[in-house]
Amino acid sequence: MKEDIVDPVLEIHDLTVSYSRKPVLWDIDFSLPKGCIAGIIGPNGAGKSTLIKTIMGVIPSSSGYIKIFDQTLNAVRSRVSYVPQRESVDWDFPASVLDVVLMGRYGKLGLFKNTNKQDKRIALECLEKVGLQDYTKRQISQLSGGQQQRVFLARALAQEADLYLMDEPFAGVDAATEKAIIEILREMANKNKTIIVVHHDLQSVVNYFDWVILINMRLVASGPTQKVFNNKLIQEAYGGKLTLLTEIGNILEERQIPPREK
Amino acid sequence: MIAFWIILTGSLVAISCGLLGSFLILRKMSMIGDAISHAVLPGIVIAFLLSGNREPLSMLLGAGFFGLLSTFIIEYLHQKAKLQTDAAIGVTFTLLFAVGIILISVFTGKVDIDQDCVLYGEIAYVPIDLWILDDGTIMGPRPIYILSTVLVLIVLFITIGYKHLKIGTFDPAFATAIGIPTVLWHYLLMGAVSITTVASFESVGSILVVAFLIGPPATAYLLTDDLKKMLIITCILGVLISFFGYWLAYWLNASIAGCMTVLLGVFFTIVFIFAPNTGILAKKLKSNKNAISI
Repeated sequence: MKEDIVDPVLEIHDLTVSYSRKPVLWDIDFSLPKGCIAGIIGPNGAGKSTLIKTIMGVIPSSSGYIKIFDQTLNAVRSRVSYVPQRESVDWDFPASVLDVVLMGRYGKLGLFKNTNKQDKRIALECLEKVGLQDYTKRQISQLSGGQQQRVFLARALAQEADLYLMDEPFAGVDAATEKAIIEILREMANKNKTIIVVHHDLQSVVNYFDWVILINMRLVASGPTQKVFNNKLIQEAYGGKLTLLTEIGNILEERQIPPREK
Repeated sequence: MIAFWIILTGSLVAISCGLLGSFLILRKMSMIGDAISHAVLPGIVIAFLLSGNREPLSMLLGAGFFGLLSTFIIEYLHQKAKLQTDAAIGVTFTLLFAVGIILISVFTGKVDIDQDCVLYGEIAYVPIDLWILDDGTIMGPRPIYILSTVLVLIVLFITIGYKHLKIGTFDPAFATAIGIPTVLWHYLLMGAVSITTVASFESVGSILVVAFLIGPPATAYLLTDDLKKMLIITCILGVLISFFGYWLAYWLNASIAGCMTVLLGVFFTIVFIFAPNTGILAKKLKSNKNAISI
């Protein structure tokens, strides 16, 4: 099931990605409307991270095309931001919180220019948005997992982009951070920014996302959450793993086995 | 004057190597420096056989080519053959170094290089390796000019590329995503390491080059959590080690490169024990304090 969009922010057509000839994503084909928070949902190994890395040009694609704002990535790079998985970097790197957030400005600077006062002001504003204004000078290794994730979010905000791609921003963060992050994302979506989030917690999907992209190597569904996020399609995406649980559920239902013997 | 030239040579090498080495250790590629410093050997011999002289330019070109070649082979083995980086490094540099040794032994009569000199160098000969103009003017030791040129190039490279090197080291995926050519910077860095290694090891030997690539940055890493400060501390450490290393060797009447390398180990150990935040003493005190407060 796929809902097509007129004038999409992101349009992916027939995308195939392979690692040393073995395809990990097949014929991915969908488009996204402006100003939504979209979740990319699928089981482990479904290619969720691969999909957004390919959109960002970190991994090359084998076939198909990706259009962002109806242009190629290179033409609109400054309007696109990326939040990698928190574990993908070494947090013992000698840098302060402010240093990392300032990196969000590097894309706009070119080779010879250095970050100036305005860049610093923007970085500090972004740190305030994520609630880390008191940690600007802190060494990044001294942060908790949730704080590290906020630093990454602040760095993405500092890019002042229109499209944000985030790889598992809720992985391993505390409940307070998760709530803070989703509030910031809502605020951004209200300002007509588009946010794509790789997510694996099925429980929170309905609350967090307006739009859902279900994948498992192939596209299973793409559309508004209430239309797409139903048992049939989730099962299709998760294949065997959920079916087993569903079968157990069905057996329990049919035989009416009480959850606990009295 | 002899002391001055030797300490200056050591310092020039230490600063060039340390600046590049800082990025290598943060990229978890310290051993790449080791690999390159050995893998350039066949390049040097071939350059010598082709040009018939020991002019620095042809040496640098030959060595630079083989340095880059070795990093390409390492990347290739790692990415295509799925070999771990350290295994790829081990296979590549031993092979290339051995090819170099064979070339030297086959062309013994024609090549003015010997294995000992390659490994250990002889920094003590720097003051007598003079650059003399045609009219007989003595311009001072030749290596000083070569090493100063290299240092200027490296400082320029690091200053211009600082932002891109930093972000490409910390978060290569993000750097690529915002349009920074991380692969190009990777090979530029490897090229810079090749050139520095070659220019340096003629005077100081490859062991001291490897020591200066890794030792001062690793020590500085323990002392600070700011990349710029780490680079500055690395440079200062390099100069201190050259200075005290020379006088230690003078006093013991021992190998200068050996004394400098030993001092590096001593500096690292002192910092490892006494560093204000990361040292084992500080950690011990902290955990004791916690234990008392509990």
